[in-house]
Amino acid sequence: MRHIISILLENEAGALSRVAGLFSARGYNIEAMTVAPTHDASISRMTVATRGSEEVMEQVLKQLNKLVEVIRVQDLSDGPHIERELMLIKVHAVGPDREEVKRLADIFRGRIIDVTDRSYTMELTGTGEKLDAFIHALDPGMVIEVVRSGASAISRGAKGI
Amino acid sequence: MASPTATEQRPTAQHQEEELTGAEIVVRALRDEGVEYLYGYPGGAVLYIYDELFKQDIVKHILVRHEQAAVHAADAYARVTGKVGVALVTSGPGATNAVTGIATAYMDSIPLVVISGQVPVALIGNDAFQEVDTVGITRPCTKHNFLVKDVRDLATTLKTAFHLAATGRPGPVLVDIPKDITGHKTIYHYPEKVSLRSYKPTVKGHPGQVRKAMQMITGAQRPMFYTGGGVILANGAEELVKMVRTLGAPITNTFMGLGGYPASDRQFLGMLGMHGTYEANMAVQNCDVLVAIGARFDDRVTGNIAKFAPHAKIVHVDIDPSSISKNVRVDVPIVGDVRQVLAEMNQILGEMDHPTDARALAAWWAQIEDWRKRDCLHYTQNDEVIKPQFVIQKLYELTGGDAIVTTDVGQHQMWAAQFYGFDRPRRWASSGGLGTMGYGLPAAMGAQLAEPDSTVLCITGEGSIQMNIQELSTCLQYRLPIKVACLNNHYLGMVRQWQEFFYGSRYAMSYVDALPDFVKLAEAFGHVGLRADKPADVEPVIREALRLKDRLVFMDFQVDPVENVYPMVPAGAALSEMILV
Ligand SMILES: Cc1cc2nc3c(=O)[nH]c(=O)nc-3n(C[C@H](O)[C@H](O)[C@H](O)COP(=O)(O)OP(=O)(O)OC[C@H]3O[C@@H](n4cnc5c(N)ncnc54)[C@H](O)[C@@H]3O)c2cc1C
Ligand SMILES: Cc1ncc(C[n+]2csc(CCOP(=O)(O)OP(=O)(O)O)c2C)c(N)n1
Ligand SMILES: [Mg+2]
Repeated sequence: MRHIISILLENEAGALSRVAGLFSARGYNIEAMTVAPTHDASISRMTVATRGSEEVMEQVLKQLNKLVEVIRVQDLSDGPHIERELMLIKVHAVGPDREEVKRLADIFRGRIIDVTDRSYTMELTGTGEKLDAFIHALDPGMVIEVVRSGASAISRGAKGI
Repeated sequence: MASPTATEQRPTAQHQEEELTGAEIVVRALRDEGVEYLYGYPGGAVLYIYDELFKQDIVKHILVRHEQAAVHAADAYARVTGKVGVALVTSGPGATNAVTGIATAYMDSIPLVVISGQVPVALIGNDAFQEVDTVGITRPCTKHNFLVKDVRDLATTLKTAFHLAATGRPGPVLVDIPKDITGHKTIYHYPEKVSLRSYKPTVKGHPGQVRKAMQMITGAQRPMFYTGGGVILANGAEELVKMVRTLGAPITNTFMGLGGYPASDRQFLGMLGMHGTYEANMAVQNCDVLVAIGARFDDRVTGNIAKFAPHAKIVHVDIDPSSISKNVRVDVPIVGDVRQVLAEMNQILGEMDHPTDARALAAWWAQIEDWRKRDCLHYTQNDEVIKPQFVIQKLYELTGGDAIVTTDVGQHQMWAAQFYGFDRPRRWASSGGLGTMGYGLPAAMGAQLAEPDSTVLCITGEGSIQMNIQELSTCLQYRLPIKVACLNNHYLGMVRQWQEFFYGSRYAMSYVDALPDFVKLAEAFGHVGLRADKPADVEPVIREALRLKDRLVFMDFQVDPVENVYPMVPAGAALSEMILV
C-alpha cells in the first residue's frame, strides 16, 4: 500500500542524507521525497511517499524515529489528510494546439505562466493522480519537459503533527 | 551538523572562563569525561591534538599499529568496563582504517566515541591531501556522527557524542574535526549534561505491559528465557538471575548475551542458535511462552523464521523499538531498559504467592533433561591429535573459568562460546554481528588495559590472528601479558566446514598455506612462544603460559585440521533441524 509519511527533523546539513541513506540502506521504496524548512527555521519538514506492507511500514517509522535528528514521524495515511503536488510543464503549442492546450489547462485549473510563439509553460497543483491525468490528456508528442515537486501533505482537522 | 539544538545545562560558577584551542578543548573534554585510555594513531590532521596529549598524562594514549586495532581495543575496553571507549585517528586513511572497527561496534551496540581529524574547513570538498568524506562513509555504521565546523561547537559536540554513545541503545559516535578547528580558540566550558529534543530513549517499561507480561510468564506451562547482549549492556544480569531463579525456568543466552546468566547454573541450557545446544534450541522450539530480553532475533539465532518457536507467545523487552517485531511478531512488547524493566517485573513477582505452576514446570524440566542427555557437545578424545574443544576445556579449567576471553571469528570462536562457561557478564568480547576477523588481539589489549590483574585470553585461529598480528608490537610496548591461544588447524576452518557440508567438499582457498612459525614470530616480537603438538602437551603449555604472569605468551595449538562445530543448524532450516555429531 502507498503511504505518505511526514517527518519533522532538525534543519541541519546532513539530516536529509541520513533519511535518504536509511531508505536506500534498508531497501525501502521511495516514490517521492520533499523537504523544506517550516515556520520554525530550526526544523525542516519532509514528506516521503513510499510503498510497503504493514510490517515494512512499522519498521520504516521505527527506523526513522531512531535517527537522532528526527523529531517526529507520522504516517498521514493513517487518517484523513490532504495531498498536493506542484507540476511545471512545458508543451509545444502551435496552430490549433494553442487553443486546445489552453482549454485543457482551464479544465484542470492550471495556469499558463510563460508563453512563446511555439510553447506554453503551465503550473498545476493537485494530487499525483490529477497531474498524471493532465499529462495523459495531452498528446505525448507535445510535452517538452515536466518538473514535479513530489507530494506535500498535511492532516485534516485542527491538530498539527 | 554540530548540534546547535543540544541545549546544555551550564554548571554553576566553578568553571572559570578561559580561552583554549580546539586541540586543548579535545583533551580537556576527554579529561572532564573521565576518559582513562585513548587508543589511536597520529597523522597530519590531528597533530595539534597530539601536541596537547603530549603535555599531560591524565588521558593515557595507547599507540596501536593500525587504526582498526585502535577502535577494536576501545571497543573491548568498553565491553569489559561498561564505559565509553575512545579512539583517535587522522583524516583520510586513518579514518578509513577505522571503519571496520566502527562497523564492528555498531553491529554489537558498543558505546564508542571515535575522533577523526579532517582537512581544514576551507579545503573540504577539494580532494585535498588525505581528505575523505568521513562523515559520509561512517553515516551508515555509526549511531550518529558530527562534523565540527566551528570551534565554539566543539565542547558541546563532544559531550553530545558521549551522551549518544552511552544512552539508549548504545553505539559508536564519530566526531570529525577539521585541522584548523583544533587551532582556533574559544572559551572552554564542558556542559555537565546535554539534552536533545529529538532524542529521548524510553527507559521505564509501560506498567500495563509489564503487568501483562508477568501474567503471561507466570501462566506459562513451558516457559523459556532467551536473553542477549542487552542484558550485558544494561548491567541487568543481577535482576535477570533473581527473576529466573524465582521462576525456576530454563534459560538460554545468545552469543552476545553470554555471561548474562551463570553458565554453571543448572537452569542454563547453553547458547541457542546456529551453533547452539540441542537442549536450548529444542526448548525454544517447544516452549509456550518465550521471554526475550535484550536480544534482537538475529538470523543466526532464529534459523528459519517462519518455523521459529511455533507454539510460543512471545514477550520482548528491548530499549530499541525497531528491534521489536522486526523479524518475529511479538505478543507483549515492552520498550525500556532491561535492568529497569526487570526490576519492575521482579517487584510484581515478589508480590505473588505462587507464581508458577510447579507440576507443569516439573514435566517441562523432565523433557529438557532428556534433551540434555543427548550430550550434543560431545567430542571424541584422541591420543594423537589435539581436539580444539579439548583446548578450550583445558583453558576454562586452568583459568578457573575466570579469564576475560576475546576471540577472532571462525570455528575457534564458536568453540570458545560453547566450551568456556561464563559465570559473570563483561568477561566475553567477540564480534558477533559483523563477525570481524582480526578483532581478537586488539580486543585483548583493550581488555587487559581495563583489567590489568585479570587473565586475558585471546582465543584465535591461524587465519584471523594474521589480520592484526602487528599488534603484538603494541602489546610489548605496553607490557600487556595477554595469553594468545591459537587453535591452529591450518584451515580457514569455518569456511572449510561450510565447503564440506554445502559445497561438495571443494575446499576453495580455505587451506592456509605458508604459515609462519608462530613460536618464532612471537619471539621476534619480544614475547614467549609455546607450541603444543600432542594432546599431552596441552595442559603443560597452558600451565607454563599462565605461570609467566607478566609476559605475553603465544600458544600455538596444532589441532585437528578437519574437526567441525556441532550442533549446526543449516541456513534456512528450523532451529530443531540440527546437524548433530
Ligand atoms: C560465525 C558466527 C556464528 C554465530 N552463531 C551464533 C549462534 O549460533 N547463536 C547466537 O546466538 N549467535 C551467533 N552469532 C552471533 C550473531 O551473529 C549475533 O551477533 C547475536 O546472535 C546477536 O545477539 P543478541 O540478539 O543478543 O543481540 P545484540 O547484538 O547483543 O543486541 C542487543 C539487543 O539489546 C538491545 N539493548 C541494548 N541495550 C539495551 C538496554 N539497556 N535495555 C534493553 N535493551 C537493550 C538492543 O536494542 C538490541 O536489540 C554468530 C556469529 C558469528 C560471527
Ligand atoms: C574480515 C573477514 N574476512 C572474512 C571473513 C569470513 N570468514 C569467517 S570465518 C573465516 C575463517 C577463519 O579462519 P581461522 O581464523 O583460522 O579460524 P577457524 O575457523 O579455523 O577456527 C573466514 C574467512 C570474516 N569473518 N572476516
Ligand atoms: Mg583456522
